[in-house]
Amino acid sequence: MPNTFDVLFKTLADPTRRAIFERLCRDGEQTVAALTAQAGVSQPAVSKHLGVLKQAGLVLDRQSGRQTHYRSQPAALAPLLDWTSQMAGFWESRFDDLEQLLKRMDN
Amino acid sequence: MTNTAAETRSVVVEREFGHAPEKLWRALTQPHLIAEWLMKNDFQPVLGHRFDLSANWGVVACRVTEVEPNQKLAYTWEALGLESVVTWTLTPSSNGTLLRMEQIGFRPDQEQAYQGAKFGWPRFLASMEQLLARLD
Repeated sequence: MPNTFDVLFKTLADPTRRAIFERLCRDGEQTVAALTAQAGVSQPAVSKHLGVLKQAGLVLDRQSGRQTHYRSQPAALAPLLDWTSQMAGFWESRFDDLEQLLKRMDN
Repeated sequence: MTNTAAETRSVVVEREFGHAPEKLWRALTQPHLIAEWLMKNDFQPVLGHRFDLSANWGVVACRVTEVEPNQKLAYTWEALGLESVVTWTLTPSSNGTLLRMEQIGFRPDQEQAYQGAKFGWPRFLASMEQLLARLD
């Protein structure tokens, strides 16, 4: 699961890409053109983001005539929604802060 | 470790620190030190003591259930609709101390899992974004 986790984080850490994904979750299936109209970046950039989202399993595409339609796959977020995974991430970062604190403390 | 919704769920994080157990114990039990790595709090290492851990996203309600100075500390941890117990175990090692944190969650059901997910993941992603930004 760690790999899935890393991929999801890296994929969704980009705000533009995350906005595209959120839009597909909220508004349902969209064409690249429709997404581009709202994304504030060029169509090739949107296509590239969609490619990364597709690689991560977060979106699926469907060809219809000359248009490619994308829809979200929110189920791919399951590893992030899992309590165990969330808490493990939370504690790992707390341990990092604890380590830093120990370095600053007197013996 | 990840079980289905109807079962108990647990998280274990272990790390070895190049410091004596006594020093780790202070970091785990003195409120001003706890605040530096975990959250603001009114902790006291006293059995049965109720305390809150406060963060900008909310409060974790806790109660001390085990205190063995320099060795073991446990408290209940109630947040986002999920009740759990956090147990700290300190074991002296050749380089310092092996610190083990085990969190066991109880009474998970669909609603709680949903609430946890709903409040948890945007915040978690936001902090991950900051972390990734620092790594670049």
